[in-house]
Amino acid sequence: MMFVWAFLVGGLMCALAQLVMDALKLTPAKTVVLFVVLGAVAGGLGVYGKLVEAAGAGATVPLPGFGYVLVKGIDQAVQEKGVWGLFTGGFTAAAGGVKAALLFGLAAALAFRPKA
Amino acid sequence: MIAEQIGEASYRTAEAYIAETAACVGRKEGEGPLGQYFDVVWRDEGEAFSSFEKAEQALLAQTQDTALAKASRAWSDVDLVIGGDLMDQLIATDFEGRRHQRPLVGLFSACASFTEALAVGASTVGRKGPRTVLVAASSHHLTAERQFRFPLELGYQRTPTASWTATAAGAVLLVAEPTPVVVDAVTFGRVVDWGSKDANDMASAMAPAAVDTIQRHLDALGEAVEAYDAIVTGDLGVFGMKLAAHLAHTEYHFDLGTNLEDCGHLLYDIERQDVHNGGSGAGCAASVFSGYLYRHLRTGRWRRILLAATGALFSPTSSQQGESIPAIAHAVSFSRHGDSP
Amino acid sequence: MGAEVRGQAPRIQRYHAYADRIRPKPAVIHNVWWAFVVGGMIALLGQGITWGFQQAGLTGNRAATPTSIVLVGLGALFTGLGWYDRIVELGGMGGTLPITGFANAMVAPAMEYRAEGLIMGVGAKLFTLAGPVLVYGMATAFVMGAIRYGLGIG
Repeated sequence: MMFVWAFLVGGLMCALAQLVMDALKLTPAKTVVLFVVLGAVAGGLGVYGKLVEAAGAGATVPLPGFGYVLVKGIDQAVQEKGVWGLFTGGFTAAAGGVKAALLFGLAAALAFRPKA
Repeated sequence: MIAEQIGEASYRTAEAYIAETAACVGRKEGEGPLGQYFDVVWRDEGEAFSSFEKAEQALLAQTQDTALAKASRAWSDVDLVIGGDLMDQLIATDFEGRRHQRPLVGLFSACASFTEALAVGASTVGRKGPRTVLVAASSHHLTAERQFRFPLELGYQRTPTASWTATAAGAVLLVAEPTPVVVDAVTFGRVVDWGSKDANDMASAMAPAAVDTIQRHLDALGEAVEAYDAIVTGDLGVFGMKLAAHLAHTEYHFDLGTNLEDCGHLLYDIERQDVHNGGSGAGCAASVFSGYLYRHLRTGRWRRILLAATGALFSPTSSQQGESIPAIAHAVSFSRHGDSP
Repeated sequence: MGAEVRGQAPRIQRYHAYADRIRPKPAVIHNVWWAFVVGGMIALLGQGITWGFQQAGLTGNRAATPTSIVLVGLGALFTGLGWYDRIVELGGMGGTLPITGFANAMVAPAMEYRAEGLIMGVGAKLFTLAGPVLVYGMATAFVMGAIRYGLGIG
């Protein structure tokens, strides 16, 4: 059942982003930033966590899930370290994905050439 | 050379004859409807070069060399080279100058660079002036994409009004001694900005410039559209041609009619090659004229044509800062003498 | 509107009205449908990878980070092979919005600018498109975290 929800929620989130981009004539970069911000806001309001429970990867794979993870990481860090957690939490939570993107990105950039 | 001023920025030219032309293109352009008209079609986009900027320089060099070879001239015969491309600081045209070592006038008006160079060339070449002038323009799909749009492998959807920058170069050798095809008049364009802002819709920005220049050219010469076998714009594409025809009809009161063609429309099979609005780039008008239009002018299908390439004069900086897109069009008319092919 | 264009305002307005009427429009329904399908498939793939890690003993949330890393690796690989831009050509936001698209946005400019050297080429360009995502994601998360901390729900 989780697989069905993952497909539906992940697909619907991307479809909504496409609709917003086409309707408001936004660039892809602006659309992605907007949705990451929306994910962080929804995470802060406690809404996004429920979506993750229901849809799993359907909510974590699209980038609004990245915004949510940042907020969640800050929450955890604040519980452990108090106010300083506001500064450390986001990067800690995002470390896995960002560092992977950085390393694989570097490797791919060195290994491949752009193709026509 | 200029024989006579006939309008605000229109001149009759004399002693400006075309000795030869050459056009070299990339693979996609070679697979298009004009493929057979080009002197050289590359197998790819120049992937063997260490950068695509170097590939564009090589494409331009090959085109210039081919034009000279076809005319049985050497570089030492060339008194002046005039040309432009799309890359910042003209690093195709100018870097190519390191090799040929001939006097060089580099100029820029985006996709109108070719007709700008032709107009300047036709205005200067003559028996007393520079007697042999080599005019050229180039563009490369991948150098333009990275400069104006996105990295190549970044996924994004092209909008229906987006154009496809051609990997192409064209060169024209102008001489003072008579040949069958003469450049008889030129009109230098003025900057027209009607407030279009979408860099993925250059047709909307450029169509008013094309119509403005065509009208001033016809007025200066006292000619009607029918005086030409074809009026060919540059890089307006499918959408831009409709806009230009409508604008000419409703606001400028002349009909471009069935004589209107467009280099960006001619270069590709729009549907099959998935180029959306059509081709663009300084090399688009250059290669379509040097390969296709000149051939038919030379061999008798057409006696007289008008080429008005248009350029969108924005930069990535101006676009990001929210500026509108200024556009310009320069017009050149060509005639064939006698009936000899 | 260009301030320099004197006395042409009505003509320009008529022109833009006509252009807006006949301008080819993006096929929104087609684009949204394929964004749904492609985005859904990538999410489904992510769910499959998560399930795999869970089977291997990583319970609950602990499977999330490895899943992200695998997806990012796949996104980088497909970009390097020249396939990811085709996925986005069809799927639009369905390819761009998932974390694989984030990898694509980092790898594509880095590959492109290799000719400009390892430092200011590859190194700097990795973040040309990913940078804004990190900056505004972090900033928003900071604000939301501060609010939650202030309200005592953090």
